[in-house]
Formats: sequence, C-alpha cells, structure tokens
Amino acid sequence: MQKSLHLDPAKCTGCLQCEMACSYEKLGEFNPSRSLIKVFSFHFEGRFAPYTCTQCDEAWCQRACPVDAITLDMSTGAKIVIEDKCVGCKVCTISCPFGTVNYVQQTGKVAKCDLCGGDPQCAKACPTDAITFIDANATGYDRMKAYAEKSLPSAEASA
Amino acid sequence: MSIFNAIKRLFGMSDTPQNQTQKIVDTDIPEPKQASKSKLATETSIEKTEKEISTKINDDNKQSTETTEDSEYIDENIDSSTNTTIKSQKDKLEDSSLTTKDTKHYTTHHAIIGAGPCGVVAAETLRKENPTAEITLIGNENEPPYSRMAIPYLLINKIGEEGTHLRQSDHYQKQNINYLQQTVASVDANKNELVMADGSTLVYKKLLIAAGSHPIAPPIEGIDLPNVHSCWTLKDARQIASIAKEGSNVVLMGAGFIGCIILEALVKRGVKLSIIEMGSRMVPRMMDEKAGGLLEKWCIEKGVNVLTSTKITAIKESDGNMRVELDNGDKLVADLVISATGVKPNTAFLENSGIEVNDGITVNNKLQTNIENIYAAGDVAQGKDFSTGKYEVQAIQPTAVDHGRIAALNMSGKHVEHSGSLNMNVLDTLGLISHSFGLWMGVEGGDSVEIYNPDAYKYLNLRFGTDENADVLVGASTLGMTQHIGVLRGLIESKIHLKEWKEHLLVDPTRIMEAYLASTQELDNAV
Repeated sequence: MQKSLHLDPAKCTGCLQCEMACSYEKLGEFNPSRSLIKVFSFHFEGRFAPYTCTQCDEAWCQRACPVDAITLDMSTGAKIVIEDKCVGCKVCTISCPFGTVNYVQQTGKVAKCDLCGGDPQCAKACPTDAITFIDANATGYDRMKAYAEKSLPSAEASA
Repeated sequence: MSIFNAIKRLFGMSDTPQNQTQKIVDTDIPEPKQASKSKLATETSIEKTEKEISTKINDDNKQSTETTEDSEYIDENIDSSTNTTIKSQKDKLEDSSLTTKDTKHYTTHHAIIGAGPCGVVAAETLRKENPTAEITLIGNENEPPYSRMAIPYLLINKIGEEGTHLRQSDHYQKQNINYLQQTVASVDANKNELVMADGSTLVYKKLLIAAGSHPIAPPIEGIDLPNVHSCWTLKDARQIASIAKEGSNVVLMGAGFIGCIILEALVKRGVKLSIIEMGSRMVPRMMDEKAGGLLEKWCIEKGVNVLTSTKITAIKESDGNMRVELDNGDKLVADLVISATGVKPNTAFLENSGIEVNDGITVNNKLQTNIENIYAAGDVAQGKDFSTGKYEVQAIQPTAVDHGRIAALNMSGKHVEHSGSLNMNVLDTLGLISHSFGLWMGVEGGDSVEIYNPDAYKYLNLRFGTDENADVLVGASTLGMTQHIGVLRGLIESKIHLKEWKEHLLVDPTRIMEAYLASTQELDNAV
C-alpha cells in the first residue's frame, strides 16, 4: 500500500513542530528555515497551512532535470534528489509549479521532501494530525480535485 | 494526490487515463502484453502504419513504402558502450537506389534526429507508449546523449563528463532504443528517408526532428581564430578547459543567458574575465533595467570587467597574442575569446525537404510539421508560447523537454495538444540567483508590483493581466530569491484568479506561496 502525506490546513495551529522535526531529521539541527515542509501563515484569517511536495505523478522536477539527479524511490513513491548527481542548476526549481523544490545555497544543490524514506518525521511531530501519513487512496484526492476545479474556473474549459 | 491534476489539465499536458479528452486512435501499436521482440508483430504494426501514412500523405509513396516492407529491420542488440553502434541484420536493401558498398541502410518505426534532452525524453516516451516499436535516436556528436545545461558544472569540475551524460550508459540498451551516431544530411519526406553524411540511409514511419540549435558566429574579423570558441558542445568545453587556466585573460562576447551561465564557471576557474555586451544591460532578454543593472553591479564587485553598450569590432592575432578591439577604441589582451551571442535552430539540412521552416520549424499545436508524419520539438521548433499564443523559438531546456514528450505522445497516436510552453529562465551569476517567467516585462494596462532593494541585491516584480484577467499573474522576475520560485510558474500557467489575494500581493509581493495556497486549497473546513 502506497502512503502519502495528507496535509489538512484546518487542523494546523502553526506550532512549526513539523519544521523543527524536518530540519532535525535532515540536518541534525533545529533550523526551520531549511525545513522541507513549510507552514504558511494567513494572518488575515488567523490560519495556517503546512505545505510540501506531494510527490506528484507528473514530476515536472524529475523530467526537467538535465542530469537525472531526481529519481523515483520505488518503495515510497517519493521523487528524491540524488545529491551526488545534482549540479545545482535549479531548472527543477522553476519547473515545479508547486514551488516545493528549493535551491539551498549552503550546499549548492536542491532539496525536496523525500518522505524520510517512508517514515516522515513531520507527520510524527504534528500534534494535531494536520499532517498525517496515510493510505494514498484515502488522502481526499477527489475532494481536493473538486475544490481545485472550483477555484480554477478555467479548468473546465481547458479540459 | 492533490490539486495538481487539475493544474496539469490546465497545462494541457495530461496523458493520464482520467482525461476524457484523450483517445488512443492509433491502433497500430501492439498492447504491452504482447510486448515481445517478435518480428512478426512489429512487421504487422509497421505495415498498418505504412498504409495509413501512404494513404494520408502521398499516394506516390507506394514504391518507397514497399521498399520498406522488403527491407530488414534494425538489429535490436545494441552495444552498451558509449560508442554505441547499430548492427544491421542486412546492410543492403534490395530496392534502395542509394545502396553502395560501404554504406548502411536501416529502417525504423520512429526516428528521432537529435540526442539532447528533447530527443531523449521523446525516445523514452515513445518506448513507454509503444513497447515493441523500433526507435532510433540519432546524435551527430561523437558522444553519448548528454545535456548542454551541465557543461558549466563540468568546467568547474563539479562533475566529470559522465555527469553530463543523459542516463546511464546501458539505459538505451535496456530501453531497446537504438542510438546512432550519424549526421543527418537531408530528409526525403516523399520517401520517408533520412540520408546521412556518410551516404547511409534510414527509412522511418514517423520522424521527430529535435535537432536543437547552434551558436551564431557574429560576422567579426578574427571570429575564426583558433582560440575563439563558442561554449556549446562537450568538445567546446574541453577546448575551453584547456585554455582557461588560472590567470588567463578571457573575453566573453555576449552577456545573454548562455554568456552569464558560463561567466560563473570562468570566474571560478580563476581567469581574468571581461564580458562585452552590445545591449544596454546584462541579460536584456530576461531582465529589465533594474534587475540587469543590479546584476552588472554584482559582477563588477566580484572583479569581472563588464562592458555593456559595447561592441567587439575585431579580434586580431600577432606573434601568438590575441587582441580584442572594441568600438570604444579600447583593446583587450585575450588568451581565449568565448562567443556567446545567441543560438539559431539547426534547420540547414532541411533545405528542399518540403518541411516548412520559418525562424524554426513550423509546427501546429501537436508539434507536427506541415508533413503529417514528421514532428519537430525543442530548440529547432517554433512552438507555441504560453503567454502570447504566438509560435516562436524559445530554446530553453524545460520547453525542449515538454515538446519532446508531447510530440512523442502524438506520434504514438494520442491526441495531446500543446497549450504552449511558458518562457522561463533561472540563472546563477556568481551566487546571485535570478529568474524570469512569462511576460516579465508586463502587459500594457496590467498592474504590477515590485520590491527593489539594491543594497541587498533583491528584486521581485510581479505582473498582472488586464480586464477579466486583472487578477491573474502573467509574468514575474526575481533577483536574489530562491524559495518557492516554481509557484510563480504554477500561478501563471494555471491562470488562477487571485481575487482578494491580488490586493495582498500588491502590498507584499513576497507572499506568492500564500496566494497560491489560499487560491487553490480549502483552508477552513475540516475534513
């Protein structure tokens, strides 16, 4: 069973524990600025939205990479950056229309969520279940798709 | 899974089964279940396509297509070494008028001219869609398929040459894609035949021209001197690496996109660099005066001699020393001159082929040329621009890859329309990162907002559309930003109406990610 991250903004309190957990897992330090999951704030409404790579099938990042540095982890379905191959050209960062592949100046390479090899620490750290790691078929795909279509009026016409 | 499928549909790139607009109309390709190397199956499929092609295109074709039926097919065993070769089961075609003793004659189902990222992605897509079809990828350099985008990183030894190669060396063998190192001299569209520089021929059913582009050599005295190079191929890179040593004097002609990419590598090699740009600013086709000005200031501070609004009038050599003469009267000593004044589509070999060429090869929204079984993609094609709807040569990597994939899907009998590629660029100039997307220069009557902080080398400009698209992002450019940049593409290409978020962005344009999330996701209701 393939699992995927389910992000539920309505449950997010903006505590940023996911960012702490992510940076600790990846860098061995608490450095939310380099977390691969980010919590965005909506001060007008007092709301928060955690967001990271959804490991999309389309994988624009993977296709755009000129040196094959982004590959599919068959066990988790994650698209992962092979650090040794990445040259830091950043083409993937402009290709991903979700803005979830970022260039890291400290390393000269790009970084994206790799689902922690199948045990995502952000989901473990989230105290309110705003981030859960569940059966990919149950992540509310239909609901999100319906909402996306509603919010993108031109979707019908172009389909 | 998420809203990206909806966005994907907007991009017109969807090939998933969910998409109802798509039908497989070509039934000539056997289903994967029968995916064997059975020659019989392949022949049957080829025959069918043949009939289709000959009826659709040219009744006079009969003779040449019959030739194909009689001919032998390419041996599917290819050498896995870098110098991949194709062994023909039988070198001679019975009916070929071009048969000579030493040349080889092949046939293939799908031929792809060009082994850059576009051709490689096309070949892989074709293989995915057509498990048994014969696919031949033709590259005209004496290298395995590689990516030019990686050359600057080769020049600073961040990677070796193998790091520029597209895929592992056994990839093409595993994918059963024939890789042929040949220069295509001409295309005979009536006979569905490619004639190679060495006289050998390749008969195809469907052809993709992904021949790329070549650097322009400006008409300047001395442009053909031995130490004047372009920086385009691996061969160029080797030559540049052998001359551009620590302390060498290097003159870079052109501060466009390619010039600026090489610039960084040259500085890191420790050369004394001068960069000469005719335009009034650096990367004039990607940045406005403010961003281009900041970039110039940045480079000068890093020790690069940047001369904008300046032309090279001649390059002269005497006693083994090169001198670059400028229109302001100055002369620069140079061990190496690198010409990076732009690229042009490789269309010369198509002369008299009947394939329509304007700036690049003319294509429709399926990347099909005026000849039904011939497609064109990548730098060589004049494809649709997402923002303007006009057909123009973009010559950028993401577009090349999109083109390759969409052309291959259409060649496989799917109906996938190319809704236009977004012109976009990313550049890292000595650590200062810049981006441009779509109509970054703005549209008349459209709102825009910018952040301009010259001391911090930061710049961000968002451009909105007009009328009913007044709340739609149509272009953007940035300097000194690296986070969540891709969402600018998402916002532009999905044509999201930002509604009240436009006002928020006009106040704080850095909140692009919030604008995107608020416009696409349900933030308030619990599941």
